[in-house]
Amino acid sequence: MSIAVTIDEVGHQALPSASEAGPASKRIVVAYGFWIFLLSDIVMFSALFAAYAVLVHATAGGPAGAQLFNQHSVAIETACLLASSYTCGMMSLAISSRRLAATYLYAAVTFALGAAFLALELREFAGMIAIGATPQRSAFLSAFFTLVGCHGLHVTAGLIWLAVMMAQVVVQDFRPTVVRRLLCFALFWHTLDIIWIGLFTIVYLMGIAP
Amino acid sequence: MTDTHYDRAPGDTSVLPQAQDRAAPSGVPIYAIGLFLAVILTATSFWAANTSLLWAPGVALGLAVLAIAQIGVHLVFFLHITTGPDNTNNVLALAFGMLIVILVIGGSLWIMTNLNANMMPTTELMNLHMQH
Repeated sequence: MSIAVTIDEVGHQALPSASEAGPASKRIVVAYGFWIFLLSDIVMFSALFAAYAVLVHATAGGPAGAQLFNQHSVAIETACLLASSYTCGMMSLAISSRRLAATYLYAAVTFALGAAFLALELREFAGMIAIGATPQRSAFLSAFFTLVGCHGLHVTAGLIWLAVMMAQVVVQDFRPTVVRRLLCFALFWHTLDIIWIGLFTIVYLMGIAP
Repeated sequence: MTDTHYDRAPGDTSVLPQAQDRAAPSGVPIYAIGLFLAVILTATSFWAANTSLLWAPGVALGLAVLAIAQIGVHLVFFLHITTGPDNTNNVLALAFGMLIVILVIGGSLWIMTNLNANMMPTTELMNLHMQH
């Protein structure tokens, strides 16, 4: 209890509360709820991964992964997403120390890297569709476009969310509600990178392996 | 478990008084370490997929191990999911999520491999089935 009293005396929103001293702070409850959502999102992705793994050889005489995937593009996409995950972490640190300029800077870099990832992915999709490797071509390609496209949609949603959050920081500054939403955004963005690890390993690297 | 039970939001670094004493890295260093490890693991994955130095049938397993290691790195260094006493709720939720993921992916692959092995006598017929 003595520790809890000390922390309460600091009176800072970001500090955790002891459960014996009352319910957890709203920040912890909100982030925990969002963590549960993210885990359910991962479970959804696991179903798409399972579908892809089952259908990966069902090419129906069409192109297989080894003919379609461009490793350089995938490597650059991976680098973009990893770097944006790092700058997103830097943004979280800037937010927790309430540095406005650094927050904008890291948010802009995170957004740019995420947009670069998305542009590369769309270019890859366009290239595949141009040579007839459309989702209708085979079960393998249906599963591929569903899995990778779903991740791409999540990244798109994350970019829109980041832009909205920056507008909120401009208008409302670091209000507790805005800071909580930014914490949730950071969780979302790091989770997308975790899903991308599974994606580039299972789809791209195992796809081109002999 | 300490006498007073703390909770920590996922994504937050610990503010437990006893955790600060241990001089654990936090702030910029923890993200830098995470990035460093993630880059090494990613680079190793890309190298392993392209090299001919490794035993080919083992590459897929190696890639899986590298991916799981990198997921662990991201969880610890970016999402700050650790084994600390203030992190129990987050770890339990994660453990349940992983259980479902393993059941869905492992179960699907197991069942479908069995079906392919037992119910499709020839490769031709198998191709015919799998083409739809």
